[in-house]
Amino acid sequence: MAKTKEVLVEPIFEKNPIALQVLGICSALAVTSKLAPTLIMCVSVIFVVAMSNASVALIRQHIPSSIRIIVQMTIIASLVIVVEQVLKAFAFDVYKTMSVFVSLIITNCIVMGRAEAFAMKNPPGMSFLDGIGNGLGYSAVLIFVALIREPLGSGKLLGYTLMKPVTEGGWYPTNGMLLLPPSAFFIIGIFIWILRTWKKNQVEAA
Amino acid sequence: MLEQYLAIFIKSVFIENLALSFFLGMCTFLAVSKKVETAMSLGIAVVVVQTITVPVNNLIYQNLLKPGALAWAGAPGVDLSFIGLISYIGVIAAIVQILEMALDRYFPALYNALGIFLPLITVNCAILGGSLLMIERDYQFGESVVYGFGSGVGWALAITALAGIREKLKYSDVPAGLRGLGITFITVGLMSLAFMAFGGISL
Repeated sequence: MAKTKEVLVEPIFEKNPIALQVLGICSALAVTSKLAPTLIMCVSVIFVVAMSNASVALIRQHIPSSIRIIVQMTIIASLVIVVEQVLKAFAFDVYKTMSVFVSLIITNCIVMGRAEAFAMKNPPGMSFLDGIGNGLGYSAVLIFVALIREPLGSGKLLGYTLMKPVTEGGWYPTNGMLLLPPSAFFIIGIFIWILRTWKKNQVEAA
Repeated sequence: MLEQYLAIFIKSVFIENLALSFFLGMCTFLAVSKKVETAMSLGIAVVVVQTITVPVNNLIYQNLLKPGALAWAGAPGVDLSFIGLISYIGVIAAIVQILEMALDRYFPALYNALGIFLPLITVNCAILGGSLLMIERDYQFGESVVYGFGSGVGWALAITALAGIREKLKYSDVPAGLRGLGITFITVGLMSLAFMAFGGISL
């Protein structure tokens, strides 16, 4: 039981895929200017990581190591196509706003990295949990960023007005910079700073 | 005609820089930007791969996958665009592999300079992202060649610039928790902000 919990919880703060392992930042930053697409992105990534980890682990003893990257790639690509088709069918507006970033889950290094580093060496059950854990660690950062960007940038959260912006006759002057892509970098940089001040062992040597 | 190609080129290098305004290829962007030299070799590798894969994927999309593209084979009602992803990534993996073998055989010096960066490129989101954006914008073949080259150059430019900044950063006194990854993120944010200035240019 202890190991199960460790596999599931550790990636959230101790070994966060974004903050510590520098994985999966690629497709992450551009979707965080609003909370709704962020949540969908998180669910998609958790699904893909967990399922690909489980599938890779299931056939890990039958994959010749020389072609393992291609095998993993094919599994991941198939899963991403499933996610893409589902989104296209049931949430077309969100699918449009996220454009290529759903497809880019394929090259999200978290998925590949976990398949390579964990699923190739562990049984399917554990790999599945590891996938969920890493997906959650990724989601934690993304949701944190979106929770700062959307309310401060436009005064709204999930479509509800929290602080009425000046442009609509309210009092809150919106900070347009937070809706621009670079702000995500600043927020993640600060997130890493906070995390590393709290968990001193993650500090990099100078 | 030439003007239009030039516009696509300038746009893909500066205004819609893959690294700094779409955040593609971030993993390698942050991981391999500690030294200018290595960053530059990776940049060149990306330019080469991007210039080949984007047009090839364009041909595949236009002639095989696009809705109605199979008309020449007597199947005008077939829409294969849903298997696009798996074919693009397959093409990218295959081209990287072929390029690696060809370079090893004919240009060993370049092959040695690129080293492990070539295989790494397969999982670089900038490459797949370039192909996907090309399809989303429905570029014709000629445009896709220019776009592939331009977006590769833009990415190479960004990573070389970041490596230059990071080399200088080594001499500054950064707070402990921010050292390494944290300050790099903030640097990239500032660079990206600077690149947004290009956004005002209309072509």
